[in-house]
Amino acid sequence: MTVGGIGKHGIRFRGSQHFKHVFGALSITASSLFAGSTLANPKPDQLNLTPGVTTYSEIPYMLNNVALGVCVVIGTLVFGAMFIAMFRFRKSRGAVPEKWSHNTAIEIVWTAIPVVILVSLAWLATDGLRKFSDTTGAQMTVKVTGYQWKWRYDYVDYLGKPVSHVGFMSKLDDRSNATRQLDSGLDPYAVKVGDENTYLLDVDHPLVVPVDTKIRFVITADDVIHSWFVPALGWKMDAIPGVVNATWTNIKQPGVYRGQCAELCGQDHGFMPIVVKAVSKDDFAKWLADQQKPATPVPAPASTAATSAQATAQLGTRQGNQG
Amino acid sequence: MAHAATHDEHHDAHHEHQGFFQRWVMSTNHKDIGTLYLVFSLLMFFIGGSFAMVIRAELFKPGLQLVQPYFFNEMTTMHALVMIFGAVMPAFVGLGNWMIPLMVGAPDMALPRMNNLSFWILPFAFALLLSTLFLAGGGPAGGWTMYPPLSLQSASTAYVVFAIHLMGISSIMGAINIIATILNMRAPGMDLLKMPVFVWSWLITAFLLIAVMPVLAGAVTMLLTDKYFNTHFFDAAGGGDPVLFQHVFWFFGHPEVYIMILPAFGIISEIIPTFSRKPIFGYKAMVFAIASIAFLSFIVWAHHMFAVGLPLGAEIFFMYATMLIAVPTGVKVFNWVATMWGGSMTFETPMLFAIAFVILFTIGGFSGLMLALVPADFQYHDTYFVVAHFHYVLVTGAIFAIMAATYYWIPKWTGHMYSEFWGKVHFWNSVVWVNVLFFPQHFLGLAGMPRRIPDYNVAFANFNMISSIGGFLFGASQLIFLGVVIHCVWFSKKKATDRVWEGARGLEWTLSSPPPHHSFTVAPVIHDEELAHGHVED
Repeated sequence: MTVGGIGKHGIRFRGSQHFKHVFGALSITASSLFAGSTLANPKPDQLNLTPGVTTYSEIPYMLNNVALGVCVVIGTLVFGAMFIAMFRFRKSRGAVPEKWSHNTAIEIVWTAIPVVILVSLAWLATDGLRKFSDTTGAQMTVKVTGYQWKWRYDYVDYLGKPVSHVGFMSKLDDRSNATRQLDSGLDPYAVKVGDENTYLLDVDHPLVVPVDTKIRFVITADDVIHSWFVPALGWKMDAIPGVVNATWTNIKQPGVYRGQCAELCGQDHGFMPIVVKAVSKDDFAKWLADQQKPATPVPAPASTAATSAQATAQLGTRQGNQG
Repeated sequence: MAHAATHDEHHDAHHEHQGFFQRWVMSTNHKDIGTLYLVFSLLMFFIGGSFAMVIRAELFKPGLQLVQPYFFNEMTTMHALVMIFGAVMPAFVGLGNWMIPLMVGAPDMALPRMNNLSFWILPFAFALLLSTLFLAGGGPAGGWTMYPPLSLQSASTAYVVFAIHLMGISSIMGAINIIATILNMRAPGMDLLKMPVFVWSWLITAFLLIAVMPVLAGAVTMLLTDKYFNTHFFDAAGGGDPVLFQHVFWFFGHPEVYIMILPAFGIISEIIPTFSRKPIFGYKAMVFAIASIAFLSFIVWAHHMFAVGLPLGAEIFFMYATMLIAVPTGVKVFNWVATMWGGSMTFETPMLFAIAFVILFTIGGFSGLMLALVPADFQYHDTYFVVAHFHYVLVTGAIFAIMAATYYWIPKWTGHMYSEFWGKVHFWNSVVWVNVLFFPQHFLGLAGMPRRIPDYNVAFANFNMISSIGGFLFGASQLIFLGVVIHCVWFSKKKATDRVWEGARGLEWTLSSPPPHHSFTVAPVIHDEELAHGHVED
């Protein structure tokens, strides 16, 4: 998967630990830096929206590209005319001012043409919006609750059967949390899972969901307003105390998709990321069964447990070195 | 004109033996009050700008280096409140105060004592607001939008609410004064459809102010009673609804956005004809476009709230209504270009800022159109894309227009020419660095960086660093502006002519530079060819 033509070969300045930013390493492809991860999100120096990974997420991507294209064309024409005017009608070139100051025909034309363009954009957008607002036919329901400053996920039902006692808190991973403290002396560039930098974008317990399943999210909050935002899913939805918002997704490919709280929610607003781990239906069924085994103390999925352990180990080493 | 000469003789005889206190604190003169507004606005511009410097410094690279996250949130909140209510709005009121009576041939504002009061409330309002930064519990940190329940967690709610009440009272009085002046004090022959576009834009803006400032006052008062008097307007646990606040706030907030841009449209519509030496293209269309934009501003508020979970019908309505704004706005931009077409242009500093305004404001308009498309907005909302959008319309829009207006009229105000060389240095630095500052923020937003965060993943590092560098240099460039203004007021040796600019039209240019302290004490006789650029037809 690539993120737009321009995004893939974006200008890249490499950053390293002590602010050694070399302004020269251009055109390193994001995909080569992120070999192994399906769709790193975000990509370093990403220039455009992600097309996302769901049955819906192409819509905002397409709308964005169409609208941007329309704006670029109109902008080129208008600014082009302006620059021609600025060149041709300069006093220093001996231009003599004309006397006319309106022209009804042209005014009607440039009122009507934008209307036509807007109607076509509105038609595209309305179509996408109708698709987005259809939350019917979901095969699974997850309740998402925003807290200052973490998320809670409760699995409500799956394939028509209620799921009981599967729910957990999901908060910023320890390694990012230690690094992000003021003057921690720790390097954000060193917070990695595999090749991917996960600084501020990793959690202790990700939301695990199956692919190829229409998942309904019911989203609310317990204290202040938050917003649940994963770019790869193509939308964000506010989590509001006293309000339950419903929305949906249907992820097409397995992978780890990262996002953040998008509504200012207090001092640690920037530190409550969202991680969605999409797995195959079989893997999900196994994972769900594991979660439902009695007397298991809120277990983390195996892979994440390993990740946290690894992260903690690395953190220990780093602190050891510095001590 | 004859009357100008008569008044030159006793020009200043009246106020020169006033003391400093009497002249400035007790002033009822529209020119002095206009100056006070402009000086106050410049001070707030630098205070608000210093908050922005803190924000960009913390965002210079990943990791927290300078400030705690809570203080960062105070900075973003205060930056917005100070820039909106302290810098942009008072600057436009100051320009209106100075220029509207001169442009319509009135001796002063209709209600001079209220004019004094509406200015002098402001320093107290901002003292109240800014003092919270030094109090235990800190300043407001819930964003300038003050969404509950978060804003109710702040210890400074009462200070902020009372400060906003004062600012609102000031704005409403200012607006009443402007409407009364325009509707009652025009010189005979200055028909409504002969008024300069700037005066029209302020007339419409003043109605917007009167309509929506009370709504803001109501919204923040409900915050106050929710916090201190046990009401539950916005508390779900008590049967209230946090989303109600957002509806009320944005019913104020969207017209507020146009309050900050319509006078800018007016300014640009004065400057472009002057330096194109050609009347404004489509005067009536320009006035009608401003009025349409003002009307539409009342029915688009929920486009700030697409992600709160509105019903489908509401999202569709607000999307269509919002997209409709592109039509009158497009007409304005096309008309400015058509004004230049066939003109005889020169490029003094005011014209440079005006041209930059047209291009960069339009870029902000383009991103606004993209934001109007609801499914795309679900991606853009609350990301840096929005930050880039509204800074293009407010900095390169409103602020550039204010700077253009300052360069355009300061020779009239002071009687001296500013330094064209340093004006151009200021312009080129501003226009380059402001784009380095804000353009990369589009990319950050598209890549998914949320706004109002003090720290970020390393994927966002490079564009943030570029943006910060642009920010520091744009901030520094404004010191040049300060220097140009100080030089022009106190040190410039070059006298301004009455006309100042070759292509200038309108009553203000028939007065001496500087104009007498009391101008148009006898209503001027209107000669149509002397009027601003709009009257040509009919």
